[in-house]
Amino acid sequence: MTARGEVQPAAVARRSWLLPGLVAATAIAVLVGLAIGSAAIDPLRAWAALLADPAESRVAMVVQEIRLPRVLMGLLVGASLGLSGAALQGLLRNPLADPGVIGVSASAGLGAVVAIYYGLAAVARIMVPLCAMGGAAVATLLLYAQARRNPSILTLILVGVAINSLAGALTSLAMNLAPDPYSLQEIVMWLLGSLANRSFTEVQLALPFMALGWLCLLATGRSLTALTLGEEAGQTLGVNLARTRLLVIVGAALSVGAAVAVTGTVGFVGLVVPHMLRGAVGADPGRLLLPSAVGGALLVTLADTLIRAVPSDQELKLGVVTALIGGPFFIYLVTRMRPAWR
Amino acid sequence: MAMNPRITGSDLCVSADGTRVLRGVDVALHGGEVLGLIGANGAGKTTLLRALLRLVPLDAGTVRLNGCDITAAAPHQVAAEVAYLPQDRTVFWPLRVDRLVALGRMPHSGRRWFVGGESPEDRAAVERALARCDAAYLRHRAADTLSGGERARVLLARALAAETPALLADEPAAGLDPYHQLAVMAMFREAAAEGTGVALVSHDLALAARFCDRIVLMHDGGVLADGPPAEVLTDANLARAYGIRVRRDADGIPVPRERVGAPA
Repeated sequence: MTARGEVQPAAVARRSWLLPGLVAATAIAVLVGLAIGSAAIDPLRAWAALLADPAESRVAMVVQEIRLPRVLMGLLVGASLGLSGAALQGLLRNPLADPGVIGVSASAGLGAVVAIYYGLAAVARIMVPLCAMGGAAVATLLLYAQARRNPSILTLILVGVAINSLAGALTSLAMNLAPDPYSLQEIVMWLLGSLANRSFTEVQLALPFMALGWLCLLATGRSLTALTLGEEAGQTLGVNLARTRLLVIVGAALSVGAAVAVTGTVGFVGLVVPHMLRGAVGADPGRLLLPSAVGGALLVTLADTLIRAVPSDQELKLGVVTALIGGPFFIYLVTRMRPAWR
Repeated sequence: MAMNPRITGSDLCVSADGTRVLRGVDVALHGGEVLGLIGANGAGKTTLLRALLRLVPLDAGTVRLNGCDITAAAPHQVAAEVAYLPQDRTVFWPLRVDRLVALGRMPHSGRRWFVGGESPEDRAAVERALARCDAAYLRHRAADTLSGGERARVLLARALAAETPALLADEPAAGLDPYHQLAVMAMFREAAAEGTGVALVSHDLALAARFCDRIVLMHDGGVLADGPPAEVLTDANLARAYGIRVRRDADGIPVPRERVGAPA
């Protein structure tokens, strides 16, 4: 006999395969991603070219210096967005908290645009991720302050929408005042979100900040699980609430800020991925963190591979594709929300 | 009851939005007793529990846990000594019931980063708690499929699973059917017999009178009376604290009968 809502034993057994399965799928996606591109290269030759000397072979140069950094960047950005989404959802205790939806990505974008526009980027390239992370941190703090005062999902989303619009308006202002059409186009193309033409320089720039952010976020797993019972019960279970908040805010700002700084805004990954994996971890927000990171890496890698596989004159932007998939998904999620989250 | 109290609050003063909600409350919870906190809505019962757990900032007063100032203890140290069942029964994610109850074991699982596989002691404690709350058959259900009363029992099991020397429960019997109200109160008596100090908030005078060793009657942020049920639940005290007149059943247990004006 199975009561309503009972978790099947088979589902329990499947859980232990979740993480290895995701990692294996991501590894396959990476190999496929390396084999596909505008230059027609046989997959076997492309994989072999990973080990060849780029100075001697054109194929090796294409694979190692164009495709590899792009695929790596996709992994890093996807992991950052998936993990940040899962952690923000755990902290705010609702499933609609995605860095894109609630304005964290837009604020990071604003920070980066300011850095580009005011020439800070020309002074030191590290200013772009620094400003982006600053923008993300301000947005996360505002959201958290609001969630503290009124935990309702509605006000949280409204504040997120407001932050989103404000950051968008200020970004538009910067574009409006852009000194020349060339820099305007640069800002626009960058804001759309893309992994095209990313080199190891960008990977090196973003990775340290992302990795630090990941550590902060992963450290909150136990506390986020305890917050399932609410903040007061969580505290009486030994959760250090101030520390948990700080880790999530700093971690999300670091990893989302660094991701936005190098790829522009790629939305909805942090929304879609935790939602798809939540059932497989029994809804436990702590256990959702690591799978969401790997799942995010997988999703972005697949999406970017798909973009490159579609033959077109003007390559589709990753941010456009994720928004096209994520927007309807968000609507679907809202219509199916549990009463506790409203 | 000559032993040292598990928790003592001395001269506790708490304000919310400029209004005093606790005005110098003194209270002690001993091991092996069931202490009932009663009083009208807004009398300060929940605030008192929250103050004892330092969930609200104190304007004045001290809380001692096993004789030591609680402000000197780390959150996980307090968690290993006192379990708390809040009045709010919201469960934010649809965890499976046994996983939810296992959260109560968190104070005993060290300071690990992740909730790992529970130890055999943890699993045994979870099963004991589920059995005591008559919730073992709900073990594999998802939290969002439970009825209000089932969820209340599961969350009580979560608080019990910690097996702490002290348990503070805010309206543990609220929302339960009469059978389970009696079962839960009997279970508290059992826990007290094993040495646990139980403090519970209740609006049910009859349950409090029958099952508590001692009752603290709160009124307007202070303690109106503190002592055995028969001494606290006098007609005069109940009229003053609740604005009600009671009749007594054969055992002298008070049963609310009529209003005699608003709570003073």
